[in-house]
Amino acid sequence: MKRAVLTRRKFLTTSAAGAAGLALAGCDQFDAVLRPGHPVRDTMAAANEITFAAQRALLGREALAREFSESEIRQGMRPNGSTDPNSLEYLFLRRSEFALYRLRVEGLVETPREYSLAELHNMPARTQITRHDCVEGWSCIAKWTGVPLALILDEVRPKSNARYCVFHCFDIYASVAGGRPYYESIDMIDARHPQTILAYGMNDASLPVANGAPLRVRVERQLGYKMAKYIQRIELVEDFSQIHGGKGGYWQDHGYDWYAGI
Amino acid sequence: MSVTSPAARESADTAKAKGPLVRRQSIWTRLTHWVWVVCLFFLLLTGLQIFNAHSSLYIGQQSGFEFDNSVFSISARYKEGGAIGGYTTIFGNTFETTGLLGYSGPPGQEQVRAFPSWLTIPSYQDLATGRVVHFFFGWVLVATMAVWFLASLLNGHLRRDIVPTGKDLRALPGDALDHARLRFRHRRHYNVLQKLSYGLVLFILFPLIVLTGLSMSPGINAAWPWLIDIFGGRQTARTIHFGVMVLLVVFFIAHVLMVLLSGPINSMRSMITGRYRIDPEPEGER
Repeated sequence: MKRAVLTRRKFLTTSAAGAAGLALAGCDQFDAVLRPGHPVRDTMAAANEITFAAQRALLGREALAREFSESEIRQGMRPNGSTDPNSLEYLFLRRSEFALYRLRVEGLVETPREYSLAELHNMPARTQITRHDCVEGWSCIAKWTGVPLALILDEVRPKSNARYCVFHCFDIYASVAGGRPYYESIDMIDARHPQTILAYGMNDASLPVANGAPLRVRVERQLGYKMAKYIQRIELVEDFSQIHGGKGGYWQDHGYDWYAGI
Repeated sequence: MSVTSPAARESADTAKAKGPLVRRQSIWTRLTHWVWVVCLFFLLLTGLQIFNAHSSLYIGQQSGFEFDNSVFSISARYKEGGAIGGYTTIFGNTFETTGLLGYSGPPGQEQVRAFPSWLTIPSYQDLATGRVVHFFFGWVLVATMAVWFLASLLNGHLRRDIVPTGKDLRALPGDALDHARLRFRHRRHYNVLQKLSYGLVLFILFPLIVLTGLSMSPGINAAWPWLIDIFGGRQTARTIHFGVMVLLVVFFIAHVLMVLLSGPINSMRSMITGRYRIDPEPEGER
């Protein structure tokens, strides 16, 4: 009997020691080496390129994101990020319900051109019910209608050195250094993917302002932050190192990975 | 009562002839073990950072904002009287967890955050960095699993030490009783509870946490649509990923306790140098 009691005491003291060890694991000692720009952080961030290469090998060009049935739309589309841009240009366009809006497609293309919303509506449309996965962790299913980006690219004819589509947006994020406009970029494989559309409609209605009116891109094999809202113009570039922070997107300039298929 | 005082017994134990040192752990087992320790440390604490970005778990494909499919959530709200409280809800039952979950921090600097800063990497709210570190160690974990599996298949560790034999299984009740009494036998090979728990971690929990992690990737969903169906939707996969994390933490606590109780020096030596001192041959006692 005695022996059992004492081993129990030993059990309790070792448990307490273990718990104290766990508490000491306090993690702020890693903060410094993990800040963007530190070599340790940059080395770890290179794993995103392995993920990108591995997923591209698995995915191929054409694999489609799952599409759902009408009955799986169980709620409105949750808006996130900017939901009410207030730049003068945007407010002006919004007053006329975007009748004066023109989407410019320019950069490394043979024939740069502008599209009104009416012109975009008159092009062949694609409608898809897909699950939107936010980098924060939540998901929401909604129906999107718009013009396949591939059709626009066929019209403007990208030059052979065009490697990325950059989406420049109306919404401006306030920061210490003043406002930074939202922007995003995808490569030509995602740009020409059949489910990559410039959406002007959502859940059988016009795209609401909170979800990116007049136009947002859907990139269904990646996370939500790739799917720029409030698109002002599309620029085709060879590389994006000279644009804003140089990382290919507003969130990428703030530490997020460029490839968001994971 | 005084006949066998523990001190007397212990000195009697050490006076007894020591058993031999045997070579127990191969370099592959030791190397992969310690790489996993580092991986799981960072994966856990960056995982909690990622969870903090949206501190609710759901069942199904999507997150219910206009309907309720939440099974677990951590949140903060005002209490009566104006103070902020942290609350954890599990299957509809809400508990106040102020100071640990939902609302925590040093006095005067409390923050609304699901897991407290001492349990996340980085300590401050930074989803981008949490993801960068999580995916880096995710790759290291998977690569190390592949190395371990290949090496263990070739050097016999898998067959000898992980897969339980019929004899092992017949010994299960007695072995469980020994563990419950905290009486540990130090043999050359793992006992059956060790085999089963390591097998559970290596062949069920590790694959499950990797596959549920992949099920949250929109790229993998397009490449392998069947995978997310196995788990019943992206948000269910996220919930299972979290649940397996909890099981791995439970394993870690039990594992470290067993090391401490069964002879920490001997166990650590075997996992560092590979050499393990086994009990001397029984002399009629049993």
